[in-house]
Amino acid sequence: MAPLTSPPSEAARRGGTAAASAGGDAAGLGRGRAAAFVAPALVLIAVFLVFPALWTLYLGTTDYRLTGIAASEPKFVGARNYGDVLGDGDFHRSLWLTLQFVLGSAVIGQTLLGFAIAWVMRDRTGFVRRVVEALVLLAWILPGSVIAFLWIALLDRDGGTLNALLGTPGTAWLIDHPMACVIVFNVWHGTAFSMMLYGAALGNVPPSHLETARLAGASTLQTLRDAVFPRIRGHVLTSLLLISLWTFNDFTPFLITAGGPDKRSEIMSVYVYRTALGDGRLGFGAAISLVMILINLAIALVYLRALRERGRRESREAVPA
Amino acid sequence: MNTLVRETLRRIGLATFVSAVLGFFALPLLWLAFTPFDSSPGIAASLPDFTLHNFKILMDNPYALESLRNSVLLAAGTALLVVVCAALAAYALSRVRVPGRDALLYVLLLLSSIITGTAAMVPIFLLAFNLHLIDSRLGVILVLTGGLLPAAIFLLKDFTDSTPTSYEEAARVFGASPLQILRHVVVPVIRPGLATVGVWTVAQVWGDFLMPFLLLRNPDKAPASVIMYTFYTEGGQPDLPLISTFSLLYSLPVVVMYLFVSRRYGFRFHGGIKR
Repeated sequence: MAPLTSPPSEAARRGGTAAASAGGDAAGLGRGRAAAFVAPALVLIAVFLVFPALWTLYLGTTDYRLTGIAASEPKFVGARNYGDVLGDGDFHRSLWLTLQFVLGSAVIGQTLLGFAIAWVMRDRTGFVRRVVEALVLLAWILPGSVIAFLWIALLDRDGGTLNALLGTPGTAWLIDHPMACVIVFNVWHGTAFSMMLYGAALGNVPPSHLETARLAGASTLQTLRDAVFPRIRGHVLTSLLLISLWTFNDFTPFLITAGGPDKRSEIMSVYVYRTALGDGRLGFGAAISLVMILINLAIALVYLRALRERGRRESREAVPA
Repeated sequence: MNTLVRETLRRIGLATFVSAVLGFFALPLLWLAFTPFDSSPGIAASLPDFTLHNFKILMDNPYALESLRNSVLLAAGTALLVVVCAALAAYALSRVRVPGRDALLYVLLLLSSIITGTAAMVPIFLLAFNLHLIDSRLGVILVLTGGLLPAAIFLLKDFTDSTPTSYEEAARVFGASPLQILRHVVVPVIRPGLATVGVWTVAQVWGDFLMPFLLLRNPDKAPASVIMYTFYTEGGQPDLPLISTFSLLYSLPVVVMYLFVSRRYGFRFHGGIKR
């Protein structure tokens, strides 16, 4: 995503003098062929990405259902679905659970754990570091339905490894604390991103600063606050927004708890699936879809703004250096 | 003396933290490592009484290997479509000055990050339904391609921008046609970029659960992600010999791909390429 920080057009203008001498067209492609090259990609994006989003606006105003009369001839119901969604108790609970999920697992869990691992491993090499990194990465890259079952097995009431380890046989973690399980699971699953990002960011902190802090007798917390944080501030905000966006759109918890028991872990992504495809209320589901897209849009716009600010600050800091 | 105590405490704290991290991340994975080779597979992870019999149970299951084949079809089809479409578009956008090009790329990237499969599952399902693409592998491939293309174009355009245009100009001087230039000059130069985007696409599709779960009806067409889910949610007691060996077999390609990429290109951090 780095290119977004500097206006690409300027870079192209500076580096593109050779292309400019050939009329901005080194291979002699011509406008017509260029358009033909871009067309397939644009058509696919228009039909399967942009159109669904726009269509949601219309679908959310109908009483579309999966089966029955409203399936063949949906009626226009105006803003009623939106009113129903915003007044739905399940929606409120789902919003609250989603907030817990995003804040607990991504913003707090993954970020703190990822940073802590990166910090502890920063000047280590060798076996321990390789093993830690390999395990954290494995949790990230394995297919969602596989790791979901690994956690179901781990937390199993009767024969699960966790109960055997803690000496608490018969504790049904997924039934007693479904939301906590899903949050801890997602910390386990997603920490790799934060670990790698902060690992790279810590590489940019000059070792002399850390050495100075150490000689001055600064504690770890003081060092982090005064020498490290100012250097990685930009990364913290942008990565927080990025993992929030991903976590908000994560469907993997469905594979572990399916929203249950009794909807107690029904985050937004599972809620929209249950209402639209489980209960068959497609119009109502489309209204939720629109709410989700708008939340995504809000996070993405703040993200882009943060990237621009960071680019501006970094270029300002780079000038005197 | 005081500093010695502090230093010792610090080391103990560090060792505790590292052990806790190792335990936390290793614990769920133990089951995947041991159970496939255990002669009496249980739900708890334990050192196996070694056997390969479980893999025979896997081979006998009608859906297991078929679903891996379906996963390969979906991943290969999507990767092919994404790489070809993205390469053509990225090359044209990189070399021909089109008004509004940067704004277009910017908007596409923004759209692809907010219109996710989860947020847009209702309109995507209805679109596939109306285009008669329900229960069609092509439908899954097209939907996934639409979502992955913006990021792929962005990556490849960046890559193409950083390659010099002098090869193409030289070829042109010698009278090569644009398509010849593309095939014999441009593709070899940007091949590492194409490989990166291809591997990235395969990794995305291989693990994807939601789209095939939503759009495919017939279990004969379901990829491994969906079949894995049905193995442990449908029909009474989970078949542990089957689930454990299938998990391992289904996970292996991801690990191999990751090792290949990190060995070949060195593991460098590309902000947010996953997902």
